[in-house]
Amino acid sequence: MTAVQIAALVAVALGGTAVVMAREPARQALVASVYGFALAILFLSFQAPDVALSQIVVGAVALPAMIVFALRKIIRREEVDRGEQ
Amino acid sequence: MSQRARMVVFGAGVLGFAAVLVWGLGGLPDFGDFAGRYGQYLAQHSLPERHATSSIAVTTFDFRGADTLVEEFILFTAAVGVVALLRVERASEEVPAEPEARRRPTARSGALRSLITAVVAPTLVLGINIVLHGHLTPGGGFQGGVILMTALFLVYLGGSHLAIGRVSPMAAMEASEGVGAAGFALIGLAGLVIAGAYLENFLPFGGRNHLVSGGDIPLLNIAVGLEVMGALLIVVAEFLDQRLLMREGKL
Repeated sequence: MTAVQIAALVAVALGGTAVVMAREPARQALVASVYGFALAILFLSFQAPDVALSQIVVGAVALPAMIVFALRKIIRREEVDRGEQ
Repeated sequence: MSQRARMVVFGAGVLGFAAVLVWGLGGLPDFGDFAGRYGQYLAQHSLPERHATSSIAVTTFDFRGADTLVEEFILFTAAVGVVALLRVERASEEVPAEPEARRRPTARSGALRSLITAVVAPTLVLGINIVLHGHLTPGGGFQGGVILMTALFLVYLGGSHLAIGRVSPMAAMEASEGVGAAGFALIGLAGLVIAGAYLENFLPFGGRNHLVSGGDIPLLNIAVGLEVMGALLIVVAEFLDQRLLMREGKL
């Protein structure tokens, strides 16, 4: 195992724990994005560039963006429920 | 069940799971020592038989094409589901979009807007590049499609609702999703008609390492790219209430 692979494995382990530890959803989405990027480097270091590319676009970009949109929508609805137009 | 009994059941489950897990991990091949025959077969046969250098693309779009067709329709179905849910919700509850007074450019800093404007075109080119070279280098329709979506979405981040409506009109995105998904299925059907089996590669394979090689694999990549870009942009637009804004004539 090379040093890059070990570093990537450690980063993924720490990142996964960090995602669970971040309790506030908006912050969690950003931590998940960083974690997704660490996972992409892990895949790249294990010679899977195709999977790494998918992981970057989905795990680091698309998934956090979708979470943030969904949160925005929920917050907006709560505003409406409270009568703030 | 009392707290104590629950802990006993939990403990037994955890110990049993840990034992089976350790046993299973102990039987794995050594690190970097995997010798699957399927992988070796694909690595040896993809280039000679299809003239495309990315054996992963040859596997996913040719040898195992039907599998990819179903995967593509997972995203298609998910996007349709999100759109249906959000539109039904909007029709019944009338949660209005952002009020006029609060609608403002998403990026208010001039430097940020310039930076984003500068990277839109390179991102677009990168996405097209990754889609078109899917059968030669890592990447392909799926990865490139998400990058294309990002490029158009940057317009929203850097400007306002106004610009994204002009750059990626809803109707065009829906067409892109539909044409992409149907295109994949129809190319497969062409294989059935011309070559005798569904998704059988029916085009000439071309020269090795050429942009035009691998038979219908580049076409399938383009179809997937269109589908992914369209599906994701529709989902984003639904979340941003773009359709609602357009209906009110504000875009």
